[in-house]
Amino acid sequence: MTGRAGADVLRAGDGRPARVATRVMAMLEMELRLTSRRLENLVVTLVLPAVLLLFFGSVPVLPDAATAMPGARPIDGVLPAILATAIVAAGLVNLGISTGFERSYGVLKRLGASPLTRGQLLVAKVGTIAVVEAVQAVLLVGLAVAVFGWGPGPGWSPVAVGAALVLGTAAFSALGLLLAGTLRAEATMALTNALFLLALLLGGLLVPGHQLPGLLGALASLLPTAALADALRVGLGASTGDLGGPLFLLAGWALVTAALTARTFRWE
Amino acid sequence: MTGAPATRAPGPGTVPPRAPAAATGREPAIAIAGLRKRYGELAVLDGLDLEVPHGSLVALLGPNGAGKTTTVEILEGYRRPDGGRVRVLGLDPHHDGAALRPRVGVMLQQGGITPQARPRELVRLYARLYAHPADPDALLELLGLAPAATRRYKLLSGGEKQRLAFALALAGRPELLVLDEPTAGMDPAAKAQVRQLIADLRAAGRTILLTTHELADVERLADHVVVIDRGRVLAAGTPAELVAGAGLVLRFRIATPAGRDVALDAADLASLATTLGGPIEADGAAGRHRLAGRAPDPATVAALASWCDGRGLLLAELRTTGGTLEERFLELLAEPPADGGPAGADAVPPGRRAGGPS
Repeated sequence: MTGRAGADVLRAGDGRPARVATRVMAMLEMELRLTSRRLENLVVTLVLPAVLLLFFGSVPVLPDAATAMPGARPIDGVLPAILATAIVAAGLVNLGISTGFERSYGVLKRLGASPLTRGQLLVAKVGTIAVVEAVQAVLLVGLAVAVFGWGPGPGWSPVAVGAALVLGTAAFSALGLLLAGTLRAEATMALTNALFLLALLLGGLLVPGHQLPGLLGALASLLPTAALADALRVGLGASTGDLGGPLFLLAGWALVTAALTARTFRWE
Repeated sequence: MTGAPATRAPGPGTVPPRAPAAATGREPAIAIAGLRKRYGELAVLDGLDLEVPHGSLVALLGPNGAGKTTTVEILEGYRRPDGGRVRVLGLDPHHDGAALRPRVGVMLQQGGITPQARPRELVRLYARLYAHPADPDALLELLGLAPAATRRYKLLSGGEKQRLAFALALAGRPELLVLDEPTAGMDPAAKAQVRQLIADLRAAGRTILLTTHELADVERLADHVVVIDRGRVLAAGTPAELVAGAGLVLRFRIATPAGRDVALDAADLASLATTLGGPIEADGAAGRHRLAGRAPDPATVAALASWCDGRGLLLAELRTTGGTLEERFLELLAEPPADGGPAGADAVPPGRRAGGPS
């Protein structure tokens, strides 16, 4: 059992950790491998947004007011709303549920005894979400271009789209981690899925925010879901609405949720 | 204190270093003094002392709930003690965690592994966190996990999961290993394999602290045993010293005059317990018994012979032997705590209950 290779294993090493970048990359690769293995996650992050995009892009059920641009087609309003939905799926649902179960299995506790710091683990998880979102963007924008001949509107701004993506990802990832770090894994799963459904309903996909009645409309306008969809609509040139307001709201959500998460997250 | 100028305490009133540290000129790999930890009303650790010298294997032995896991979780930096002093490799586990973690290999009682992950990728992941790790494939081979290397964690057997947790503890080739019940839940073959590996690691100069409630782990592996219960040290020493601490045990076999073994009933056991001044326990096969709780003297032997005579029975066999580690362990647990608190019911030997009024 203890051959030549075994002797190396038995002797003590020098007790030094790997370089920070090596540690983060090792964890990032593991996270990506595990993400690709969670079928139910792939359904929510990739399949469902793609199906919704094809359906709402083909069937004109959307009110014209969703885009409010002369000559706009359904896909112009649908793509930003679906991209917003995809970000909610990647940050809130995917990250929240997987982190919640990792906590309940003691994975986070065990990693806590390794040279990987909590900050490095967080960077690896954020990197994983960035990769997932890149895949989502290529898939959804690719479908929009290939199937519907979509192109960005005349006033589109890559900077605005980038800002909306970063702030939206920060807000929903922090929300996912907030739930994962405080609730039981099963409760996190139920709640993130419920919030995902809410994001679908209030994200301007079916009804634009300003057409929701009274109190519901006021509530929706304070949530990050509508703000993210609004910011993406403006950024992709599908609407000439206000950009600063939605981005400010997203930044506020991101900061408050991240601060709450940092205070309440329990690793065991 | 020969090296007085070099090891002079920084000021009056500080606690002087303990004897082993002074003897080697080096603090032990693990040094715990007066450790206290409460969970609400419950004192889990109540002034625990523990030392693990460099290059030695110390077993922390105790029943469930004795405080073993709490102790190792404080060493690993998971919990903060309420009182006492803790040094691991000369560092404070809580404040110097970042410096300590690459040097300490940890095996938790529960795996801490995602069900979808596979052994080879997990060992590779943990290896990549260290500058000069063990070779992942050699590690899988060493622990007999090569055939299961690409199987999902949730499909591994209990013993395979335990061995994987052990492999992860070894991935960074740490100088200190803290193993919480490393042989729990394994079949006898896997236990023997893991014990051999622990012995090999010890022989290669690693420092090891393991917790266990299995006496075989202690007898085959430990340089030093610390028996704890209710957060206190009951006894400490080499396994041989602990056994030597046990008194002589009176063992006997009772038979009919024709030589057929007699299994004593509850009434007989109670009567005999009163006569001999201690509880009577079964000692293997029917008819074989031993006197628990006290060492025999000449009057005990005479009283036993006379008791048999009074019932027309034959005292077919009689011997006094030294105790085993198991008997010494149970003896230690059965002794009432120093503060007069109630002894745990589980620690009372079965014979005492059988010998009581029923």
